[in-house]
Amino acid sequence: MPACFQFGKTAMLRLTNLSKTYRTGDKALNDVSFEVHKGQIIGLIGPSGAGKSTLIRCINRLVEPTGGEVRLGEVNLVTLGKSDLRRQRRRIGMIFQEYALVERLSVMENVLSGRLGYVPFWRSWLRRFEGHDIQRAYELLDRVGLLQHADKRADALSGGQRQRVGIARALMQDPDLLLVDEPTASLDPKTSRQIMRLLTEICSERGLPAIVNIHDVPLAQHFMQRIIGLRAGTVVFDGVAEALDETVLTEIYGAEDWNALRPETPAEPARAPVEVPA
Amino acid sequence: MTAPAYPKTWRRPPQILANRRIRIAIQIGVLIYLVLAVGSIEVNWLRVFEGLERGQRFVMGFLSPDFTSRWRDIQQGLVESLTMTLTSTVIGVALSIPIGIGGARNMVPRPVYLVCRSIIAVSRALQEIIVAIFLVAMFGFGPFAGFLTLTFATIGFIGKLLADEIEEIDASQVEAIRATGATWPQLLVYAVQPQVMPRIIGLSLYRLDINFRESAVIGIVGAGGIGATLNTAIDRYEYDSAGAILLIIIAIVMVAEYSSSYLRKFLQ
Amino acid sequence: MSTPAHIPPVWMRRTSRQSLLLWLGWLALVALFVWCWQVMTQSTIWAFVLDAPDQAADIGSRMLPPEWGYLPELMLPLWDTLNIATLGTVGGVIMAVPVAFLAARNTTPSATFLRPVALFIIVASRSINSLIWALLLVAIIGPGLLAGIIAIALRSIGFVGKLLYEAIEETDARQIEAITATGAGPAQVLTYGIVPQIMPSFWGISVFRWDINIRESTILGLVGAGGLGLKMNASLAVLAWDQITVILLLILGTVVLSEALSAKLRKAII
Repeated sequence: MPACFQFGKTAMLRLTNLSKTYRTGDKALNDVSFEVHKGQIIGLIGPSGAGKSTLIRCINRLVEPTGGEVRLGEVNLVTLGKSDLRRQRRRIGMIFQEYALVERLSVMENVLSGRLGYVPFWRSWLRRFEGHDIQRAYELLDRVGLLQHADKRADALSGGQRQRVGIARALMQDPDLLLVDEPTASLDPKTSRQIMRLLTEICSERGLPAIVNIHDVPLAQHFMQRIIGLRAGTVVFDGVAEALDETVLTEIYGAEDWNALRPETPAEPARAPVEVPA
Repeated sequence: MTAPAYPKTWRRPPQILANRRIRIAIQIGVLIYLVLAVGSIEVNWLRVFEGLERGQRFVMGFLSPDFTSRWRDIQQGLVESLTMTLTSTVIGVALSIPIGIGGARNMVPRPVYLVCRSIIAVSRALQEIIVAIFLVAMFGFGPFAGFLTLTFATIGFIGKLLADEIEEIDASQVEAIRATGATWPQLLVYAVQPQVMPRIIGLSLYRLDINFRESAVIGIVGAGGIGATLNTAIDRYEYDSAGAILLIIIAIVMVAEYSSSYLRKFLQ
Repeated sequence: MSTPAHIPPVWMRRTSRQSLLLWLGWLALVALFVWCWQVMTQSTIWAFVLDAPDQAADIGSRMLPPEWGYLPELMLPLWDTLNIATLGTVGGVIMAVPVAFLAARNTTPSATFLRPVALFIIVASRSINSLIWALLLVAIIGPGLLAGIIAIALRSIGFVGKLLYEAIEETDARQIEAITATGAGPAQVLTYGIVPQIMPSFWGISVFRWDINIRESTILGLVGAGGLGLKMNASLAVLAWDQITVILLLILGTVVLSEALSAKLRKAII
């Protein structure tokens, strides 16, 4: 374990008054501020349309924020130009709800695509990645238990396997931060727990901070140390998982018999409109 | 601790052909073909060089088209093309409906099916321009031959798609109507027509568009229309008039495409 | 009337207003048709039309039997025709790819300027038949294979470009987003996020267009752009109808074969 793993000391990511108003006038985020420290895994919960997806997409600017600051280490991401932004995006690994693998590429190519920000175009075009990258890709595939599947096409894998490839792709970036958008929304309960366990293990192995956008409250409480509750674009709860009681849940989601909700999973999460920067 | 040694190289597995020899053989074959094919092009570079100046004039003509000096010819060609397009589409669709019904296996006895399908096959196999050559030889120059050509082509196009459409209609609806003791014409009107009518209208509009484009071509072999005017303009090296004609064709095709998609939306 | 006012005496599928409109629509179509017919046939010489069956019988008798001895002479033009179609397709596809990327809403670098230009190129190329392109090119660069190849290529741009840009617009935005999130540059997003998704459509469209181009290249020679059409033109000039029969049969065979081949290839791709 690296010595720099000082829990609660170094702020890896600091959001200050982050706001996003869509062109339609919908206010998705309203002055969101919090810090993420090294090695910390944060569960981001909230009802559909609360702005969870928008929030994590504003951090790596897949969605452009309309106000506030995102500081990754010392760099303010909001003001960066295109190529500087790309350089910073390499430091932020992202894992998606429906895996978002490039379906028609092989598993290996999907994992190697995590290096795209580091290699020149011609290398990626000719699939001539450097030896140590390939070695690392194999190592990560082994870590997520898919070494045998390296040459399969991504669309030949099951949901849980695809999400593992998604995790390997994010780790391939050598990230300082993981953004995880509903990693289990398309998976069955058992696979969901396996994926969450794998994620938390990997994060603590590497002292990697992560923001996990998740709609399943029990799952979040079980795997996360810290929970942030979002409602209508505003942070309404920020604390340890144990503090998440009925009053807090009502504050986040509105009135409901919370004991009755426990065994089942909440409704379909909303997806933020996807903006693909040109 | 000794970490397991992971390989340092990786090659993308072949996408389509797994056999390396066959893959290489095909690649070499393609290469040889390309060399032979390119080698068989005889280019008279002197002629091409001379042509560059003409090409430039054509581009200029296209950019500053001359609508006025040949306007009478253009107008006549356009009128011929448009009237030919409309009449041939109307008659063609009218003829292709019985042929389309006859070409549907689930509607008619086998001999009728075979006859109708062969009419469709012949019409589709022969290109408009070749049909036009024959019809011009038989009926003389002018838009009448063009009208016949386009009608003939329309029969193959609409007839095929209509027959396929009818073969795919919901069999249970046909059965339900048949169960009421309906006669064959009643069956057509009640079970088949409601299911294929929107498609017939959509296809007719599409064919109207195609017929106009084709009407610009068959004039080259003497079947009247704007193609004849265009041919003359190019023969006389009047590129500004040719540019004007091409722009008119493009504009009409654009208008037709836009309005037919609008009309189709409106009808549904 | 003894029927109560609230029950109409006759059941109708449409309201009377709707059916009136429908009838008016049909009437307008018929009127338009009659008018067009009259305008079109103004200059028709009906004596020629009445004469047509005799002409047809005459041509028919001259076409048979086919002059099979002509077949060997057609092999070189056939080879030329295949080359025109194939090289023309290759050229057209190469030119269509950038146009398609400029025309697709999600990849165009400038929606206000470059996209309309690309769309215009596509419409212009689609509206103008390859025979007209050939006519122009023969006038500009002289008769021969090159004119035919360029004509086919120019006509293919619109067809391939249109279908390809629709395929690009239908790509899965999440896969592209994921590649963008890794910090990949625009060219890498293109090659990793978009290209793999459109590859099957790309090959399917290209093969489909090649099949169409085989058909079209058989007649380009009529205006001097090389291939079988050139032979047809020569035979037409001397009214050697028995040779034309052979040419037509050869064209038919080629078209049938290429259609079968392209259907097989497309099946293999998908």
